[in-house]
Amino acid sequence: MKATLKRRHRRTGIAAALALVVLGVPALAACGSGAGDDGAVKVGLITKTETNPFFVKMKEGAQAAADANGLELIAAAGAYDGDNQGQLTAIENMIAAGVKGILITPSDTAAIVPTIQKARDAGIMVIALDTPTDPQDATDALFATDNFKAGELIGAFAKARFAGAPAKIATLDLAPGVTVGQLRHDGFLKGFGIAEGDPQLVCSADTQGDQAKGQSAMENCLQKDPGIDLVYTINEPAALGAHTAVEAAGRAGEVTIVSVDGGCTGIQGVEDGKIAATSQQYPLKMAQLGVEAVAAFAKDGTKAGGYTDTGVTLVAGEPVTGVESKDVAYGKENCWG
Amino acid sequence: MTSSIKMAPPAPPPPMAARTIWRRALSVSTIGPLAALVLACVYFSLQTDRFLTGPNFSLILQQVMVVGTLAVGQTLVILTAGIDLSNGAIMAFGSIVMTRFAVDGGVHPLLAIAAGIAVCGLFGAANGLLVTRVKLPPFIVTLGMLNIAYALTHVYSDEKTVSKLPPMLTALGRTFDLGGTRVTYGTVVALVLFGVFAFVLGQTAWGRRVYATGNNPEATRLTGVPTRRVLLAVYTVAGLVYGVAALLLVARTGVGDPKAGQTENLESITAVVLGGTSLFGGRGAVLGTLVGALIVGVFRNGLQLTGVAPIYQILITGVLVILAVAVDRISRGRNR
Repeated sequence: MKATLKRRHRRTGIAAALALVVLGVPALAACGSGAGDDGAVKVGLITKTETNPFFVKMKEGAQAAADANGLELIAAAGAYDGDNQGQLTAIENMIAAGVKGILITPSDTAAIVPTIQKARDAGIMVIALDTPTDPQDATDALFATDNFKAGELIGAFAKARFAGAPAKIATLDLAPGVTVGQLRHDGFLKGFGIAEGDPQLVCSADTQGDQAKGQSAMENCLQKDPGIDLVYTINEPAALGAHTAVEAAGRAGEVTIVSVDGGCTGIQGVEDGKIAATSQQYPLKMAQLGVEAVAAFAKDGTKAGGYTDTGVTLVAGEPVTGVESKDVAYGKENCWG
Repeated sequence: MTSSIKMAPPAPPPPMAARTIWRRALSVSTIGPLAALVLACVYFSLQTDRFLTGPNFSLILQQVMVVGTLAVGQTLVILTAGIDLSNGAIMAFGSIVMTRFAVDGGVHPLLAIAAGIAVCGLFGAANGLLVTRVKLPPFIVTLGMLNIAYALTHVYSDEKTVSKLPPMLTALGRTFDLGGTRVTYGTVVALVLFGVFAFVLGQTAWGRRVYATGNNPEATRLTGVPTRRVLLAVYTVAGLVYGVAALLLVARTGVGDPKAGQTENLESITAVVLGGTSLFGGRGAVLGTLVGALIVGVFRNGLQLTGVAPIYQILITGVLVILAVAVDRISRGRNR
């Protein structure tokens, strides 16, 4: 019995030590964030993931705008792209935290809607950034890139570059059933002037927007048809992966790769000639406009509404006639990541 | 995991029948986690006055109930020195079966729910058969089943979210008033489930067989306990519990989401380990698992309310998990 008691004491000691460590970590973390400040108006930002440079830039823009407007920013993200439950939990916690507005890039555009409604019922203004909800009017407003136009721009660029010559096209898409990917894909086809099912489309594959998967997809496409000379990619990581595959096949310089995003790595790819052209979008601006809208709402109750196009610019290594584009220097000035 | 059983020294005899449910619930391995939970609550209460409120606690309970329920099944499996990597994927498949049966198949919602839970039970039974009959290690069996269930979920759902559910499927997401705080029925269901399994594990002969099998399968078999049947039952019951988690998930999100459940397997293991249940089998309690799940939920909610970047929640969880296993290891060493 005595031995048991002694052991128990020792374990209580371990437990106490454990608790101390546990509580020390958030205390440290809290030092840098001004926690416990319940005075400032709060604005929540919920992104799809925390690590994607696009969302890192978005958070940066939100933080800068929050600082400029005297707002406190609370950020959260899903554990992975498509993590609806994580975003749902984040919205609930933000309602509990008493935020005035929530900016969200929905991972599951339909499934998140009931929870967004809960936030709006609690008097919170909700703005979708980058990706619209389904239905779009489930949020008060949408600040996003016109993804169809982004695709159309690179489609038109490719068309001018091929100047009527027939192409063998591979499309490296996002994933089935994701609106953003579908819009860019359709835009590209329209810009190039062909319809789905056109014989010039020789290969299509999903990449999840991932560089390694983009590379495998392109390798497989080149197996299917070694003569591919035009590649549409959902984003720049996929484009760079595709370039690696093309280079390994000994066809660098013969294949035109076009993409969407405008991240700094991607623009560097344009400068290096790996990517012919890309449609640049502006996550920082989305977040900035979003935070400013929340600041205005907190001030006098004006709600943002409808869709605001945050703009898209074609950045090309070598411009083609008939299609307006900016050069790499411009792209670098405005890139993210 | 099997190999670690073999290497383990002769374990102490199965727990004595005289132990009461509360003694086990509050056994040493649970005190540490409970202290951590209480201290975390105190800390967050001092940081923000929005933390220590009825509605916020109801919210935290709601948020941990899906993982918590999965962790009930996970506790059963881990008590037998196994591990289940497939529970999140099985849950996702169960939720798609329920929602598609009801929405696209026109099946009565109650039957659809029963079908979803039954399918999860079948997956559990398949895990159990492979572990007991083919003698494969649980890690490998459930790793395979994770991929199978994940793929079936995406094939069967056609990658589409199932929405416009009949109200009966989301009934557990509705709330009732408890002294001014809205509590979901799902929270109650999950808490009852914890209570039931605390009773079954602590007070019944079957529960003691589970502990004994996890402690020392060979010795237990030699005393006449059909350990293979115990294991098969454990995996099957765990599967059925995952089915209940699927229903809670559907009720919470209001949709059948094929992308759900991708991180819940590790999250449920985290809850079990944080709750003081030993990965080496035979030691632990399901109420500890509830504490473990709440620790994760309290940190997520508390850090969010105080405006700390969510990445610190992950950091803290990592530190806690290692500490919890270290404490288990050290105390186990002293028992030798």
